[in-house]
Amino acid sequence: MLPPGVTASKFADAIKQFQGIVGKDWVFTSDEDVALYKDAYSPFWGEKDEILVSAAVAPDTAEEVSRVVRVANTLKIPIYPISTGKNLGYGGSAPNLSGSVVLDLKRMNRVIEVDDKRHFAIVEPGVSYFDLYRYIQERGLKVWIDVPDPGWGSVIGNAMDHGVGYGFGAFRDHFYSHCGMEVVLPSGEIVRTGMGALPNSKTWGEYHYGVGPYVDGLFGQSNFGVVTKMGFHLLPAPESYLTGTVIVPRRSDIVPLVEGGNQLEHAGVIGMPEYGSPLGGFGGASDAELRSLMAKPGGPSVAELEQHAEKTNRGFFSLNLQFYGGQKVVRAQWEYAKEVFADIRGVKFNEGDFIKFPAMQEQLDKAHKVAIGVPNLSIFMIGARSALNPSPTDGHLWFSPLIPKTGEAILEAQEVFMKAFRDMNMPSLVSPFSVPATWMFRAFVFIMGFPVYRTNIEQNKKTREMFKHLIQVAADHGWGEYRTPPAFQQQVTDAYSWNNHALRRFHETLKDAVDPNGIISAGRYGIWPKQMRGQRKA
Amino acid sequence: MKITFVLLGALVFFLMNAAAADAGQIEEGKQVYQYWCWNCHGEGPGKPGTQALAAKYKGSKPAILDQRTDLAPAVTKFFVRKGISIMPYFRKTEITDAQLDALAFYLARNAAKQDGK
Repeated sequence: MLPPGVTASKFADAIKQFQGIVGKDWVFTSDEDVALYKDAYSPFWGEKDEILVSAAVAPDTAEEVSRVVRVANTLKIPIYPISTGKNLGYGGSAPNLSGSVVLDLKRMNRVIEVDDKRHFAIVEPGVSYFDLYRYIQERGLKVWIDVPDPGWGSVIGNAMDHGVGYGFGAFRDHFYSHCGMEVVLPSGEIVRTGMGALPNSKTWGEYHYGVGPYVDGLFGQSNFGVVTKMGFHLLPAPESYLTGTVIVPRRSDIVPLVEGGNQLEHAGVIGMPEYGSPLGGFGGASDAELRSLMAKPGGPSVAELEQHAEKTNRGFFSLNLQFYGGQKVVRAQWEYAKEVFADIRGVKFNEGDFIKFPAMQEQLDKAHKVAIGVPNLSIFMIGARSALNPSPTDGHLWFSPLIPKTGEAILEAQEVFMKAFRDMNMPSLVSPFSVPATWMFRAFVFIMGFPVYRTNIEQNKKTREMFKHLIQVAADHGWGEYRTPPAFQQQVTDAYSWNNHALRRFHETLKDAVDPNGIISAGRYGIWPKQMRGQRKA
Repeated sequence: MKITFVLLGALVFFLMNAAAADAGQIEEGKQVYQYWCWNCHGEGPGKPGTQALAAKYKGSKPAILDQRTDLAPAVTKFFVRKGISIMPYFRKTEITDAQLDALAFYLARNAAKQDGK
């Protein structure tokens, strides 16, 4: 396969030059090798619109990246940088533009620095959360990293796609908690941002802005350069961890429950709040009587659901609070939190786990590991074969709309999205017990995971149609996605259309100035080079 | 007689080297396993691969991958490069062909013993 608009002789020339830069072993062109760069969770698996790759190049240093980019820019070869290539559910290692050459940065896996007195790290793109965790543990450093669900993801790559984690406060927003970048521009020139622009800077990983305009945001979810180093703020390792659960009896109690959660979280008292419903979770209703109630024509009334919650003495919604810090402090914070919710009639409090670090193995086995900064892969139990799931999926897609951080918004999102599934005659992924994810510090994500299959094209088509419908329904209600797989990036970014797509047009102005040949990640998050703008489609 | 000694010596030397090479291959393969496979296929809670294989084989085979005695190298190589269910395939920048050889050798070590190698 050739990249679009590139002749065979020009492509051969590029490959030869890439081999000269990184070595023959690190340029992949065989069908067998480049197939490994397809999105393993592609919603177009086996269809004509599946995104393919023409070749892959794997440099080992920023200087090699720079030389590869210069060649690509000279010969106008479309390239697509990946870090560890594990952005599964949001596109994996595949580009937006079929036929691109993947710039695979996995070999660049050096931890440059971790400082456990000033609490930051500087890493390369190939460093995974497992790698950074291991580096810190082996050296006994007193810092925690904030980890997302899949531990094999890139610390840099996750941040660049605005990925999120489970730990304390704003550390969960991995782009927000980064500090300083090294970027190879489409011209091949290497720049450092923030304090890194100062030769011999002593505070690159600590102060974001340097002086003058702050440009780091331009490189996330975009195509203006290739990030080759990045700093991250780290959490000082806390002495202990305590959890406590607040349970409220009525459906409408979600409103004061969220208000209390916001007050505690935004003031820095708790880590990530975890909302739930004792009546049901991802799998829907949790008992047979409730399932039959749910199956009633027109569904159950709120009163019927509340009666069921009361009868089974379980409560309607819950909020799990997580406290990090000194033993005396976390216990006092839990006591204080109980006061915050005391006015909710019928509220119950259950004290949960307490861990004094270092955790014992049985505590680790029981814990939600990502909440205490331990990377793992247990998220993939969703969809994997199990005793309850004899028909495993072949992957998943995440639909991730942001909604306001209120109880009212949760109830509205439930109603709106349940109707959206009914309107499309699809089984609903949303129920009256659904709650949002809480990774963001200041907004909720009403996330839904759709299964994808390698052998069921019809099902994948239905899923894509449902996904598109949800994007539209969300936009109609003022909810936009924070992140989305390449298959939906055009539609999602089209929805951010205020003032006749003024933001898109500004991105395009920047693209034309920074990358006039349009070589880097064409189409990423709806930003196409000038010569391809006519062909973009939602 | 002398020639026999020389040949025997050569054979012992060859076998010792072969054993050392096998041990080195197994050790490298074990490291690849620990780094790339254990987090899904190892022991303990929260391991999707172990959960999946337990559900698939219902006790007829070990659910933990490196306890299996029936994994021919070609089987390991197939799944690493093709993926299965929610397990994606792995690129050569993640697991090189040489590392995959070592991994496959490590996972086949018990099968080889059973065959009386």
